[in-house]
Amino acid sequence: MAASPSASAKPFGGPLIRALDRGGVVFVLIVAAIGILVPLLNLLVPPSSPLHVPTYIVALWGKYACYALLALSIDLIWGYCGILSLGHGAFFSLGGYAMGMYLMRQIGPRGVYADPVLPDFMVFLNWKELPFFWWGFQSFPYALLMVLLVPGVLAFVFGWLAFRSRVTGVYLSIITQAMTFALMLAFFRNDFGFGGNNGLTDFKDILGFNVQAQGTRAALFALSCLALILGFVVCRWVVTSKFGKVLVAVRDAESRTRFLGYRVESYKLFVFVLSACMAGVAGALYVPQVGIINPSEFAPANSIEAVIWVAVGGRGTLTGAVLGAVLVNYAKTSFTSGMLAPYWLFLLGALFVLVTLLLPRGIVGTWRYWAAQQRERRAAQAAPMDHVPAPAPRPAE
Amino acid sequence: MEMKTTSALLYIDGVSVSFDGFRALNNLSFVIAPGEMRAIIGPNGAGKTTMMDIVTGKTRPDTGEVLFDGGAHDLTGLDEAEIAELGIGRKFQKPTVFDMHTVEDNVRLALKSDRRALAGLFWRDSAAERERVDSVLTTIRLSGVRGRLAGSLSHGQKQWLEIGMLLAQEPQLLLVDEPVAGMTDVETHETAELLKEINRTRTVVVVEHDMTFVRELGVKVTCLHEGAVLAEGSIDQVSANARVVEVYLGR
Repeated sequence: MAASPSASAKPFGGPLIRALDRGGVVFVLIVAAIGILVPLLNLLVPPSSPLHVPTYIVALWGKYACYALLALSIDLIWGYCGILSLGHGAFFSLGGYAMGMYLMRQIGPRGVYADPVLPDFMVFLNWKELPFFWWGFQSFPYALLMVLLVPGVLAFVFGWLAFRSRVTGVYLSIITQAMTFALMLAFFRNDFGFGGNNGLTDFKDILGFNVQAQGTRAALFALSCLALILGFVVCRWVVTSKFGKVLVAVRDAESRTRFLGYRVESYKLFVFVLSACMAGVAGALYVPQVGIINPSEFAPANSIEAVIWVAVGGRGTLTGAVLGAVLVNYAKTSFTSGMLAPYWLFLLGALFVLVTLLLPRGIVGTWRYWAAQQRERRAAQAAPMDHVPAPAPRPAE
Repeated sequence: MEMKTTSALLYIDGVSVSFDGFRALNNLSFVIAPGEMRAIIGPNGAGKTTMMDIVTGKTRPDTGEVLFDGGAHDLTGLDEAEIAELGIGRKFQKPTVFDMHTVEDNVRLALKSDRRALAGLFWRDSAAERERVDSVLTTIRLSGVRGRLAGSLSHGQKQWLEIGMLLAQEPQLLLVDEPVAGMTDVETHETAELLKEINRTRTVVVVEHDMTFVRELGVKVTCLHEGAVLAEGSIDQVSANARVVEVYLGR
C-alpha cells in the first residue's frame, strides 16, 4: 500500500507518547513553569522587588487553576462525547465538601465550643455524636479517597440510569441541572449534617500546616497546577486512544456507532465518571485555597458559568477549556472589583451569546481551524493536482 | 422458546409492529438463504425501513419471530450492539459516516474487534489491522483519500465509505438501505458491481427504489406493500405482476 498522503492519516499512533503532541507539550511546560515560578517569586523574592508575586495573587490564580481543571472535565464529556452537563458544579462541590470535612475535623478543640470531636455547627445544633458519614474524615488518605469516590459514585449511578435509558441532548442537560439544584437544597438544610447555609469554614490546618500560611498557599498553588497537568495528560491520553475516537463517533453519529456494535452507554458512563472524579479533585483543591465551602457552590448558575468558559475557549480542544476558564475568571475578577460589578452577569450572558453566534468554535477551536486551512492552502499550492481524487476512477481494465 | 430448525440465514415469520395505531408491518414473513443477494422493493411506507429496524434491534416487533443463522439466535430480544456483534451490518438510507474522523479511521472503527470500552483505551496499532484497513479501502476505491475527513467526501464516496465500514465489520449479513440514492449513473453502476463483488462472500439484502439498479443486480426480488410481502420472484416476474403494477402506478 502506498504511504499515507498526510500526517493526519497516521491513525492512532503509539501508546503514551501519542497523548502529548507538540501543542500538548507546550501546554504542560507553560503550566509547569507557572506552577514553579509563581510560588518561588512569592516565597523567595522580597516584597520590595518588582518581581515579587503577592500572596493574594497566588491564592487567586490557584483558584483559576482549579476552575481550569473543572473546565477540562467538562470539555472531556461535552467537547468529545457531546454530553452537555449543566450540573458539573455538583461534582466539584462534593469533592470540595469531602476536603472541607477533613479540614473541619482538623480544627479539633480549637473551635469556638472547643469540642475535641464535633465541629462547631454540630455542637450548636445540640448533636451529641458525630454522624456516621463524618467518620473517617480525620484521616487525610480517607478524605482523598472520598474526594474521588463520592463524585464518582454519584456520576456512576446517575449516568447508569440516564445513559441506559438513552436520555440525550437537552433532556440530559436538564436533569443534570435538576441534580445539582436538588443537592443545593439538601445541603442548605441544617439537619442534613454539612453545616447548612454556612457550609464549612474557619479551617485551621491541612496535614499540620496552617492553611493561611504563605508557604501552604504556595504549595497548594503548585499542587493545583500539578493536578491540572495530570488532568490534561489523562484527558489527552483518553481522547487520543481508540476509546477517544469512539467518543467522537458517539458525539457525531450515535446510532451509527451502535450499529457498529459499540455499547454506547458503557463508553458514556466511563467518561462521565472520569470527568466527575476530575471535577471532584478540582473542588478539593479549591476549598483550602478559598477557605470555605457552602451550598451556593451547587447553584446551577455556577455550572452554567463553567460551561461558558469551555465554550469561550473552544470545546473539544482541552487547552481551550483551560484558556477559557482563566480568561473569563480573570475578566470576572477585574469587573467585579470595579464599578462595573453589578453588570457582570449581563456581560457574561452577552459573552455567551456572542461566542455562540460569532465564534462557535471558541478561541482555540477557531485558531486551529484557521491554521488547518492555511496548511491545506499551502499544500494545494505545492501540489496543485495531487489531492483531487474525488470519485476515485476505477482501474482501466 | 423452542428454536426452529431452518437452513435460512435470516428467517422472518409473522412479524407485525404498529406505531400509534399505524401498522407498519403486517404479518411479514420471508426468508433469506445463506449466500443469497435479495432486493427488496416497494412504494413509500411499505415497511422496508421498519423491517431493517426490526432485524437490527432498533425496533421490537409486537408479534412474530426473527431468527438468525439457521435459527441459532432470536433477534427480537437483543439490542443493536449485540446484533451487530452477531454479524449483521446495516447501511442507513442517508449516508452516515463519522464526519470528523478521517476515512481511514472510519474504517478502523468499524473493523471487527473487541468492542469493550477498556479495550479501546489500551488499543495499539498493529500491522494486521492496517492490512485489513488497506484491503477495505482498496475494495471501496477510497485509498487515495484515506487521510481526508469523511465529512469532506462527496455523497457517492460517503455511500461507499459506509459500505466499506460494513465490510470491515465482517458481517455474515449486510442490510443495505437505498445505496444508490442520489448517485450518478456511473456511480450507480459501480455500486452494483461493488455489491455483486461483496455478495461473493456475504449475504446481502438491498432495499432500493431504483428499478434500473435492481435490474442490474439481477437477483430475486421481494416486493413489500403495506407491511407484507406482495410478490416475490425474478424482477421480470415481479414487474409483470398485476398487483405490483397497480400498487406502483396507483390504480
